[in-house]
Amino acid sequence: MRKSLLKTPHSGLSSRLLSPPAALVVGGRERKPAKRSNGSPYTGVPRVRVAVEGAIGGEEDVLAAKVRLLEGFVSRTDLADCTQHALQWLGDVLGSHQSVCLVRPLAEQMLFVVGAHGLRGSTLGSFSISVDDWANPLVTALTNRRQTFFPAAHSAADRRRRPTTPFEDAAFHVVPLGTGIAEEAFGLLLIGGAGPLPLELPWFISIFGQKLDQILRQQSLVEGDRRQGRERSLLYNIINAVTDPILLTDTEGRLLIANARALTLFTASEEESEGRRGAVRMNNMLLSSALSSKAIEETGAARRELLLVNPVDGSDLVFELLSTVTEDPRQGSGVVSILRNVTDLRRASEEIEEGYRKMRIAEAMARAESDRLNLIIDSVADPIVVTDAAGATSLMNEPAERLFTIPQDASAIEQRWVQANDAHFSSFIAGMLVSADQRRVGEIGLVDPKGGDAMPVEAIAGKILSDHGELNAVVTILHDRREALEKAHLYEQLKQGADELERKVQAATGDIAQQNELLRRQAIELEQASALKTQFLANMSHEFRTPLNAMLGYTSMLLQGVAGNVAPPVRRQLARIESNGRHLLTIINEILDISRIEAGRMPLQISRFKIPDLLGEVKAELEPIILRTKLTVTMQMDRELPPLTSDRQKVKQILLNLLSNALKFTHHGSITIAARRDARDRTVALSVADTGIGIAAADQDRVFEDFRQLDNSPTRAYGGTGLGLSICRRLAQMLDGRISLQSTVGKGSTFTLTLPLRGRR
Amino acid sequence: MTPKSARPCVLLVDDYPDAREMYSEYLQFSGFDVVEAANGIEALQSALDRTPDIILMDLSLPVMDGWEATRRLKADERTASIPVVALTGHALAGISEGAKRAGCDAFVTKPCLPEDLVKEIRKVLDENSTSTPKKGRRSGTYAKTSS
Repeated sequence: MRKSLLKTPHSGLSSRLLSPPAALVVGGRERKPAKRSNGSPYTGVPRVRVAVEGAIGGEEDVLAAKVRLLEGFVSRTDLADCTQHALQWLGDVLGSHQSVCLVRPLAEQMLFVVGAHGLRGSTLGSFSISVDDWANPLVTALTNRRQTFFPAAHSAADRRRRPTTPFEDAAFHVVPLGTGIAEEAFGLLLIGGAGPLPLELPWFISIFGQKLDQILRQQSLVEGDRRQGRERSLLYNIINAVTDPILLTDTEGRLLIANARALTLFTASEEESEGRRGAVRMNNMLLSSALSSKAIEETGAARRELLLVNPVDGSDLVFELLSTVTEDPRQGSGVVSILRNVTDLRRASEEIEEGYRKMRIAEAMARAESDRLNLIIDSVADPIVVTDAAGATSLMNEPAERLFTIPQDASAIEQRWVQANDAHFSSFIAGMLVSADQRRVGEIGLVDPKGGDAMPVEAIAGKILSDHGELNAVVTILHDRREALEKAHLYEQLKQGADELERKVQAATGDIAQQNELLRRQAIELEQASALKTQFLANMSHEFRTPLNAMLGYTSMLLQGVAGNVAPPVRRQLARIESNGRHLLTIINEILDISRIEAGRMPLQISRFKIPDLLGEVKAELEPIILRTKLTVTMQMDRELPPLTSDRQKVKQILLNLLSNALKFTHHGSITIAARRDARDRTVALSVADTGIGIAAADQDRVFEDFRQLDNSPTRAYGGTGLGLSICRRLAQMLDGRISLQSTVGKGSTFTLTLPLRGRR
Repeated sequence: MTPKSARPCVLLVDDYPDAREMYSEYLQFSGFDVVEAANGIEALQSALDRTPDIILMDLSLPVMDGWEATRRLKADERTASIPVVALTGHALAGISEGAKRAGCDAFVTKPCLPEDLVKEIRKVLDENSTSTPKKGRRSGTYAKTSS
């Protein structure tokens, strides 16, 4: 500071100081320069050049000298130059040939030599006085603005009383330099010599003081400005060197000062791209809103986050905004804001946070997993024991605790049971630990601590090894075998029972099979018997027919007179033979029909035929008998009877039977053969109605049974095998039809054969 | 061809003598020449010897039954054209079919009155003479037995 302040006067001074100093004679002898040297530039004494020769004479001269002094001041602005001029004038005009001028620049605590006259420069160069040196009489003189005279020193004691000066032991006067009375002196003028001070000195002092004061003030102003400028630029350099944006804004958020980093964020020239300018505008808006709201809400430093856009690449930047309100009575309040880029910090902290979060989740999961595992282990009904490599139990579930830990209120015997269990289990584990087996299954005879029952358990132990194959733990699951043994026992009993049952069933099955076989054989035998019967009947009928054929044939031949004429009584007898022979043949045929039907050997021959033709044939066939009975036989047929599809021969056989029955059991009256069509059922009803003896309701079903004639007495009135209606009913069924009967005793009977118009076969 | 008398010749094959004699007597009475045979072998011999106009063949015969005899007659071209009327006391189903397969032209069930038999013979002979070149159309010639 000192150097910078005095740099300019130094250059002017130093050049003169380099020239050989004028001889400084004090008290007739040469004086050594002061030893003290502080490196001050004011070394050496300016060369004294006498401008005015001769002593001051009259008023005119004095006035002219004064004018000269003032003129010299007007043209001089440099401190040293002025001082040199003044001291020269002092020597020339007032006769003070040795003088030194000391000045305390503003804001300095030292008095420096700014000019000297009539003294050697070597002693002057290092001469300066600290104003803090209160013991120095020169400082006292300065602060008290008092002229002081120091007489020449003659002894060491004298020297101690007086300050060190370029005058050394010579006498000198000290005159303070200052302007107003009130103000502190800013400098001292030391004038050598023991004589009294010249009369014109006060004037000189006042003029010189004013001039010096003027120059010093001027210098201090310039110096102040320069210093301020330097300080400002230094400040700028400093804040520009800071990588964080720094801003000074007014309370409205307007930018006053910004460092380079802040400028890139908050300013953009017209040449910049639109995107960059947009980013800058947005940043300004964000900043001013952050600052203005902040400024309104509070004062003092506050930290907050500010999200800005990087105008260079458009990326997000997160700043920590540190604002301080500065109070300046002259400039008004401002806000100094420091933005600290915490984007990376934020990212890192987010990552750390994410890491923490994951860790917490993992931890929670691990805890949940562990809880779940514990829950599972506890929920297993079988005891589970985990043993460490040393054989100590590290974990057991609740069922295992019941077996291996002594309950608090256990009796002595219960304690023994538990201890025995523990011993058994420990021995099992010990065996497991020393063996090389990875797994071991064994049976341990434990005791149920509740009640002391023997409790054989199956122990399944597995070793848990580390990645390096070291044994970490042994997990043992114990399974109570009692239930299984009980089940096995029950199963054995059940099996025995089942075996017994099976034997019985087999025996019974054998019996049944035997009986089935017997039945089968019987069935076969029956079938064979039935077939034999049918065969027998067939053979019998054949055997019957052969002689009957001859009998009937010869009778016929006799009746025809093949062997000559026959007398009428003989003819009548022959006719009886023939009639009975025919009856016998009918019986044989009916028996054969029944056996054929029963044997299923009555084939159907389906054809399509006209009902009227069939009925005509039936009537015609029995015409001889009709004629004998003298009964009226009439036919009633629907017109447009459709043709019937059935077994013509069987239908005819049924109708012949029905008609012959009607003729047999009707003594007077009439017989009506009728054919009615039922279009809806697609059937035809062929009926034979008589006015005969009729059948009682109770007997109506029985007439269709085999070999059934209502009158079974040996003296019965009507012939016939009693097979006719039975055969008719069976034939009707074969043809998918039926025979029904309506009858009243004494009034007559109506037999109706109902057949489908189209038989199925 | 051997010369024919006016009376058609009937070869009557039946093992039951009473029946054979009865039919023989009546056939002769009715105007037929009758040659009798008691079994299948005899029937074949007589058929070759006498070349009858018609053969009445009982099916149940000793030595060789009527079915086999009929088959042989129909297989021999010398006798194949002679109509054969089967005559049987068996009334069980299948008999008539068997007879038809064996080559019988007509089928008559015993008991059959002599006059009914003569009617059947005349009918077969009539059919056979009117359609001599063709030996078909025998389906309608099966007699219905009266029962």
